[in-house]
Amino acid sequence: MNRKMLKNYIINLIVVALIYAGIKVLISAGVINRYYEGIIIFIMINIILATSLNLATGFLGQLTLGHAGFMAAGAYVSAITAIALKNSGMPNLLILIISLIAAAIVSALVGIAIGIPALRLRGDYLAIITLGFGEMIRVIINNLRGLTGGAQGLTGIPRIATFDNVFWVTALVILVLYRLTHSRQGRAIVSIREDEIAAEAVGVKTTYFKVLGFAIAAGFAGVGGGLYAHYLAFLDPKIFGFMRSVEILVIVVLGGMGSLTGSIFAAIILTILPEALRSFSDYRMLLYSFALVLMMIFRPIGMFGTKEFSWQGIYDRYKMLRDAVKRREKA
Amino acid sequence: MVLFLQQLINGLSVGSIYALIALGYTMVYGIIKLINFAHGEIMMAGAYFAFLIAVSTNLPFVAVMLISMVLAAVLGVVIERVAYKPLRNAPRISLLITAIGMSLFLQNLALVIFRADPKIMPTLIAKHPINIGPIQVGTVTLTTLVLSIIFMVILDVFVKKTKPGKAMRAVSEDKDAALLMGINVDKTISLTFAIGSALGALGGVLYGITYTQVYPTMGILPGLKAFIAAVLGGIGLIPGAVLGGFAVGMVETISKAYLPTQWTDAIVFGILIVVLLIKPTGILGKNEKEKV
Amino acid sequence: MPLLEATNICMQFGGLRAVDNFNLEINEHELVGLIGPNGAGKTTVFNMLTGVYIPTEGDIKIDGSSVVGKKPYEIVRAGAARTFQNIRLFKDLTVLDNIKIAFHNELHYSTLEGLLRLPRYWADEKHATEACLAFLDIFDMADYADNLARNLPYGKQRKLEIARALATKPKILMLDEPAAGMNPQETKELMDTIQLIRKKFDIAILLIEHDMNLVMGICERIVVLDYGRIIAKGTPEETKNNPDVIRVYLGE
Repeated sequence: MNRKMLKNYIINLIVVALIYAGIKVLISAGVINRYYEGIIIFIMINIILATSLNLATGFLGQLTLGHAGFMAAGAYVSAITAIALKNSGMPNLLILIISLIAAAIVSALVGIAIGIPALRLRGDYLAIITLGFGEMIRVIINNLRGLTGGAQGLTGIPRIATFDNVFWVTALVILVLYRLTHSRQGRAIVSIREDEIAAEAVGVKTTYFKVLGFAIAAGFAGVGGGLYAHYLAFLDPKIFGFMRSVEILVIVVLGGMGSLTGSIFAAIILTILPEALRSFSDYRMLLYSFALVLMMIFRPIGMFGTKEFSWQGIYDRYKMLRDAVKRREKA
Repeated sequence: MVLFLQQLINGLSVGSIYALIALGYTMVYGIIKLINFAHGEIMMAGAYFAFLIAVSTNLPFVAVMLISMVLAAVLGVVIERVAYKPLRNAPRISLLITAIGMSLFLQNLALVIFRADPKIMPTLIAKHPINIGPIQVGTVTLTTLVLSIIFMVILDVFVKKTKPGKAMRAVSEDKDAALLMGINVDKTISLTFAIGSALGALGGVLYGITYTQVYPTMGILPGLKAFIAAVLGGIGLIPGAVLGGFAVGMVETISKAYLPTQWTDAIVFGILIVVLLIKPTGILGKNEKEKV
Repeated sequence: MPLLEATNICMQFGGLRAVDNFNLEINEHELVGLIGPNGAGKTTVFNMLTGVYIPTEGDIKIDGSSVVGKKPYEIVRAGAARTFQNIRLFKDLTVLDNIKIAFHNELHYSTLEGLLRLPRYWADEKHATEACLAFLDIFDMADYADNLARNLPYGKQRKLEIARALATKPKILMLDEPAAGMNPQETKELMDTIQLIRKKFDIAILLIEHDMNLVMGICERIVVLDYGRIIAKGTPEETKNNPDVIRVYLGE
């Protein structure tokens, strides 16, 4: 590990710890009430969903419109597991961990089952078939009434997702995705986005890495769904419709395809925006959609493009600016 | 058997509405390779236009229908000019998100103007059953079917025989080459949106009359079904949209008659998945491989 | 035993026979040119040799074992790498990453080892970076390592594509019209690059060109293709004087 990377790691670790401590202090001081805490939790769930979709769409380059389906699979698996374990006497944290692992595994398997046939298609056709699969998952959940409660919804899910555990799960997901994208597997995944034919021509097993990326994305979507289930304590198949997939995709595109930090910032903005517009009541979604169209017209590549935000980058820019000012002063 | 025939007629009628809407999806996709998610909302707008005209004037059905189509065409062209044209050279996914944004915008605009509660569509077509042998067919069903077929034939003739129609086909084949041949590409794209939107609005008017209701989110489901229809038939192909529309309408109506309702969507999506896996470019589509 | 051996391969597209009974043997360290007018079927031959198309008839052997029906990435592992007529780089990645991706199969850490950043990850990555930089240095491109591939000038992009193919450690390198779209200066540089490869790497090269003069200068053997059939084979001198070749290139 070279020194620059070590420095970056330490800075990021400090920043994450500071954010955690800061929010904890604000919660205990009562500045952040239950409502705000809920919004923060939804932001973090959206971060998990968006960064995982970014792996499939931004890094792997496969346009997917069925992410809500994987989220649904994870949410229900996690909820059903937790309901079964609820009276076992295990501590809540353990129940949550077991449920989330089950959710991740099942969602990833669903991702593999769908990915193997679907990933043979490209571009819009892949988008359409994933839309179809996503809706299928929802319809199936709707019809497995004995297990899922069907259209009436699933109740009795233990409410075991808290700010603390959601925070650290989110941090873990981001860490895993960051490390994955910065490894030989990640490079293989990105090469498929750049040029699938060239990737295959330099020895990349394209089918394998497409399914791998897709399955990991699906697995993490399942984790996001699981946290969602354990925070709301109620599930309804309608939550996981096509529009949910679209919402996640919007976050990814707005943040920048192939930028994890972009997805994080965009998830924050796009979760807060509709909440902040609540005082406009009926005009809320109108303003939201209007803002969306405007953002796309003026910044079609998203906030970050494929670049990542880094403190080093900010510092470098600051230095460049400072030097430029100095030079001008001399002249 | 009588029930089956009855359902067959109903399926054709619903299918013809899907086909009308699917035409808009397919024409726009053919020309700018965009899945125009706002198309379902154009259909909704068409239904509202018809509702507004019908409650405020005494115009006959045909006039209401034609005016609604013209208004929707204008709306479609405005959307293309304002929201899509600036993104013509942007990444395609950004254009897709813009279309989704436009769809949400129109839905919520309707929500703000008309409120969420459904409006009752006035009786524009006198309702009385017609007996054909043992089968009973409603006037609405019959009108829908006949009108759809008339407009599809007009579209077919327009695209094949007229100069602007040929320009449309040329632009969807190769935009740059069309430009070099002196075709006004911008105008042709606008024209495509106008025609697609008008047909979508006709679908909306007929849908509103069939189900006697008009509401802000009415475009979502038929929009999705029509889109599936366009893909099934082969997106970008006009005959494909018609074929797909009728196919989806039939499958849906017949499965509704014999199966629990909640499985209907699963069957439609299931067929979509199977067709895409076997023949990704749809029933009438040609397989294209990327050239190496 | 020849390094690459194609026996009687044919390619049928519907009613069109794009390549008919094509035979080719390439021995170690040989530079063979495949020429012919546009549309003669050269790229189709290439696509069959590299697994993009599966020949409808005939057999292809690399190092003695048949590769017909193998996927392109398996053929790369068997020892045949290629470039493309219209350059296909990973445009939004750096020059170094372009090479590193081709170096993929030299790295062995698993996904889990990578995620946990175990010692093998650091060792492999360090080795890869050093090896790829050294590799770029051979081609005088180490200075460009951090540039995005899309920002390179055309000639350098072609050079990078060739370097990337070589990074897979092939036994035979196949170049599909590498001089297409180049000015004379760039073409000259390309010739130097090919000479450099011959000097530094112990590999065979198959070169497609439709520009005959370019091939004549560097190839040891030439195969001439027209309408999917081989019309001549031999040294540059022999093919240059072959009446069939003259007819095809100059017309009657």
